[in-house]
Amino acid sequence: MTSVFTATSVSRLYGAGRNTVVGLDEINLAVETGERLGVVGESGSGKSTLIRLLAGLDRPTRGEVRFDGELISGRPEHQLGFLRQGVQIVFQDPRSSLNPRMRVGDIITEPLRSPLLRGRPGVPVDKAARLAEVLEQVGLPTDSGRRHPHEFSGGQRQRIALARALAPRPRVLIADEPVSALDVSVRSQVINLLNDLVAEQDLTLVFVSHDLTVVRHLCDRVAVLQSGRIVERGLTAEVYAEPQEPYTQSLLEAVPRLPDPS
Amino acid sequence: MKARLSLAIGLILVGLVLVTALVSLVWTPYDPIRVDSAQVLQPPLHGPHLLGTDGFGIDVLSRIMVSAQICVQVGIIAVGIALVIGVPLGVFAGQVGGWGSELVMRVTDIWYAFPALLLAILFAAAFGSSTGTAMVAIGLASVPAFARIARAATLQVMSQDYVLAARACGTRPAAIAVRHVLPNIAPLVGVQASVSFGIAILAEAALSYLGLSAQPPTPTWGRMLADAQTYLFSNPVLALWPGLAVAAAVLGFNLLGDGLRDLLDPRLKEVR
Repeated sequence: MTSVFTATSVSRLYGAGRNTVVGLDEINLAVETGERLGVVGESGSGKSTLIRLLAGLDRPTRGEVRFDGELISGRPEHQLGFLRQGVQIVFQDPRSSLNPRMRVGDIITEPLRSPLLRGRPGVPVDKAARLAEVLEQVGLPTDSGRRHPHEFSGGQRQRIALARALAPRPRVLIADEPVSALDVSVRSQVINLLNDLVAEQDLTLVFVSHDLTVVRHLCDRVAVLQSGRIVERGLTAEVYAEPQEPYTQSLLEAVPRLPDPS
Repeated sequence: MKARLSLAIGLILVGLVLVTALVSLVWTPYDPIRVDSAQVLQPPLHGPHLLGTDGFGIDVLSRIMVSAQICVQVGIIAVGIALVIGVPLGVFAGQVGGWGSELVMRVTDIWYAFPALLLAILFAAAFGSSTGTAMVAIGLASVPAFARIARAATLQVMSQDYVLAARACGTRPAAIAVRHVLPNIAPLVGVQASVSFGIAILAEAALSYLGLSAQPPTPTWGRMLADAQTYLFSNPVLALWPGLAVAAAVLGFNLLGDGLRDLLDPRLKEVR
């Protein structure tokens, strides 16, 4: 397998001098093609920082990030077309990730209008056709494009965000706590949809969550973040069965268990 | 409820000013410029002149009506100038952040500190007193207010995930400004525009009172106040009418701005 992402001794510090806050501390991470990597940890453990660095939305203070073997950290935005096409993100809260003043059709086709993406091989040219395609894939009505985000429920809005992410035919999908802002009743629907889409389209998935049950369901490998460091990593089944680190053990113990109904 | 009331009163007063200005374009009870020495200082409410006549025998109501034109004109041009310069500055500062933002904001701070009236006097000295110079001076003096509002609102928008999502799919900063920032800061800028309109009207009245705006015989409320000063003890009511007109117009735009702001305040808005 080849790596889509490699992060080599990456640190991200916020602030300066005595007020420095460590976001990430000397992280080494490889994401292989076709794998589903779960990144778990508490809030403040550096999960969001990590995906921002992977997606080229932030720069590491030290170290380097590569996508497809090409350096992305420290490169100017106009050279990042290959990254922008290859990697798309689904954010945590669709109330904030969808512009309330844009129509859903314009939101979903925004990637296709980007000068960085337009004309790259694989990026759909016919915006209307692609819109209809992705709307169907995420299970939204065909006339959704003419409406505004506030006319949709939380679960539907996250489907809109998913449709936008799929529009430029990315190879990697990064999901940042995609269901934690949703009603419990629709979480499993969105998770299953995500699961199906990743399988159908052979996507590489980086799934960030503090919900270990969802990660077990979705991911084949897991990395555990604590205070900006990866403290444990491995196959999901193994880590869940025999956690080596006390931190991982405490995370797993914190998962609420329902009494067996039988 | 309070927001609705401000909005309603504001709309009525602003509507009154606009309608008066429009009507005066086609009809006034008397000629607002023609001097009539036989009708000097007629009292109001008695005889044919509803609000009486001034020291030149000109019908006061006609002058008040025509003045509304100047006031609306000044407001639109001055606020327009402030919008066109201030909003792009503020959006730029909010988007780039860092030292570029600091530079823009410190320049607007200095700009803010420069007294508007002094600017207008400078302009009048340099380019002559006219409605044009008054409008430009008032407009330029209002730029910092718009730049600040636009910057604060832009910062708030830039922290939203939809901007991050737009960047993640390769949207360029200019497209982010047009597609994401401007539509979302428009309500706040609109409120500022309404408030600034009121300030512009007041400023114009002050300038024309000092003779730094429209020149005679063009009637303006400020000019009428200056003229009424001569008769302040014999005919105090002459100063009342233009004073009321200025007060109503300024109050109207301020209430409208206040009402809009309260209406847009997310804390007062019901959850959608």
